[in-house]
Amino acid sequence: MTRFILKRLASLVLLLAAVSFITFTLFQLGPSDPAAASCGQECTPERVAEARVALGMDKPFLVQYLQYLSGFFSARTIGAPGAESICVWPCLGKSFQTNENVTDIIARSLPYTLSIASGALVLWTVVGVGLGLVAAIKKGRLADKAIVAGASVGVSLPIPVTGLFLLIVFVNQFHLLPFTSNAVVVPWGPAGPGSWIVNYLLPWVALAVLFSASYIRVTRTSMIETFSEDFMRTARAKGLAPRTVVFRHGVRAGITPVVTMLGMDIGLLLGGAVLTEQIFSVPGLGFTAVRAAVAGDLPVTMAITMLAAFFVITANVVVDIAYAAIDPRVRLS
Amino acid sequence: MSVLEASAEATAPPPAPAGGRSLVATAWLRIRRSKIAMLSLAVVVAIVLFAILAPWLTALSGNNPFTSNTSPEVLDDLETPGLPLPGYMFPSAQHWLGVEPALGRDLFSRLAYGAQVSLTIALLSTAVSVVLGTVIGAAAGYFGGRVDAVISRIMDLFLAFPHLLLVLSLTPILQSRLRGTPLGEGSFLPMASLVIILGFFGWAYLARIVRGQVLSLREREFVEAARAFGASHASILFRQIIPNVMGVVLVYATMLIPTNISAEAALSFLGVGVKDPTPSWGQMLNAAQAGNWYLSDPWFLAVPGIMLAVTVLAFNLLGDAVRDALDPKAARG
Repeated sequence: MTRFILKRLASLVLLLAAVSFITFTLFQLGPSDPAAASCGQECTPERVAEARVALGMDKPFLVQYLQYLSGFFSARTIGAPGAESICVWPCLGKSFQTNENVTDIIARSLPYTLSIASGALVLWTVVGVGLGLVAAIKKGRLADKAIVAGASVGVSLPIPVTGLFLLIVFVNQFHLLPFTSNAVVVPWGPAGPGSWIVNYLLPWVALAVLFSASYIRVTRTSMIETFSEDFMRTARAKGLAPRTVVFRHGVRAGITPVVTMLGMDIGLLLGGAVLTEQIFSVPGLGFTAVRAAVAGDLPVTMAITMLAAFFVITANVVVDIAYAAIDPRVRLS
Repeated sequence: MSVLEASAEATAPPPAPAGGRSLVATAWLRIRRSKIAMLSLAVVVAIVLFAILAPWLTALSGNNPFTSNTSPEVLDDLETPGLPLPGYMFPSAQHWLGVEPALGRDLFSRLAYGAQVSLTIALLSTAVSVVLGTVIGAAAGYFGGRVDAVISRIMDLFLAFPHLLLVLSLTPILQSRLRGTPLGEGSFLPMASLVIILGFFGWAYLARIVRGQVLSLREREFVEAARAFGASHASILFRQIIPNVMGVVLVYATMLIPTNISAEAALSFLGVGVKDPTPSWGQMLNAAQAGNWYLSDPWFLAVPGIMLAVTVLAFNLLGDAVRDALDPKAARG
């Protein structure tokens, strides 16, 4: 087991290095001119040349990448000679717009993204797995058909449509919920967990409508397959209560595809729920990324994209290790 | 997929018996038997016709998508400046879907021309992804060894990036590069950049599926026979292997179209895709959120929102039907 974990962790480090390199290449060498972007609208050729030096773009590409990478391990100085400033560890560069450390921008946005991700995740997992289970148990009956139809519709509803519709109904028409406030960040804040839930309920629902649909499908398929297996028939035949058969034997065996999906989606969501944050004006990572993308603020979009990919990869490795802990057969492959 | 299942599939008869009906004919027969499949196909055909016929339909209604009309007979200039007056907000003989707030442009014309833009982007980017995914995936599966190892790692890396965040960050960068080239002319720029970005970052999943199929195909007798006759790699790949994975490619192409429709809507909604005055469904959603018009004129949100949801739903259901019709596993059941 220790060997398996070490091997996975080693591959994790390699993957993260590869992701950082690819992101850097796409953003710097790719179809872009960071120097022109950094110096804004009114830009003379001389100022672009200055900006190139300030960004270190006069150096070979590999040197630029290694300099960027060095910021992961220690503080570094950024800027043209004579106008350098220190970017403290961990350094992801400085914003073109505000000259703020990108790390600080991310640290400020992350709690909002975590608030949205955590609640949405719990909501859609409970709803998705629950309804998927009901559909599997009632396979072919009316309840199953209704749930499957609902999932088909849910997965087709674009987040902007669901989100804005929720705002119209619950905030504007019936005043049941407040518009999301940026003052509430964490459940243990001064206003308490209740106001945190009320504050983020609509974003959670908007995300859950979309995501729970795919969880319903996966849970249903996997559980129907599991229910037809021999050990389930044995469990029923030896007279166990239906509830015990379904939960103790069925769910335990059939839940694995859901765990895989959950790992992927946690990683994905930690990178920012781009559309949801935009609709509800929650200044998380996705919201910040949109702002930066529109303004051409490369260091910010690059850092958030890289971070999001890190989250996805790390979540995958964690799921792998969790599998190996549950199921010894995985370690062999 | 377990080892058992994989070997069962390899020995199972191919979905299209030689000398019998072609793959497409078999699939068509199955699709025709399903009511949901036929209904979703009809809706898809209707939407495509709606887009193609946009110039004639709008001419018939006597409007166009670009002429604004802000006269006080159309738009309110007292209480809520810019809000369409009741006679113009909703469908009428003159404006089949009413007019936009603020600019008073005809909503039906914008929806129809928007369908052209949205569907063109989705179909072209899907085509790019499908060609890339099929060729790259087939090459990985066919050549195996080091080629496969390299391509597979690249696919893993591509899949690790959160799709929306990556395309969101890279679209403005690509647009700044395309300006001044033949692809960067006026309203053509956002369309070209979305096709390139969505196409280039959408192939990895399909490539992985194709690779898996080709891995088992290349051991089959007809490939061995072609090799024995001295056929070149290119000839075997394009004439023997790729025609045999077209079924799977068709399934994933049908599923990629709604994904790309949603992606266009998302990017334009976020303000980095299609921009006013060019209409697209995403741009229309963007306009509905801008200035909070969706609160005072929910109809303005509902028109593109419902259109988008219905289109994505129809394509999703059609994709499910195509999968069921072409899946060899479903053929046995």
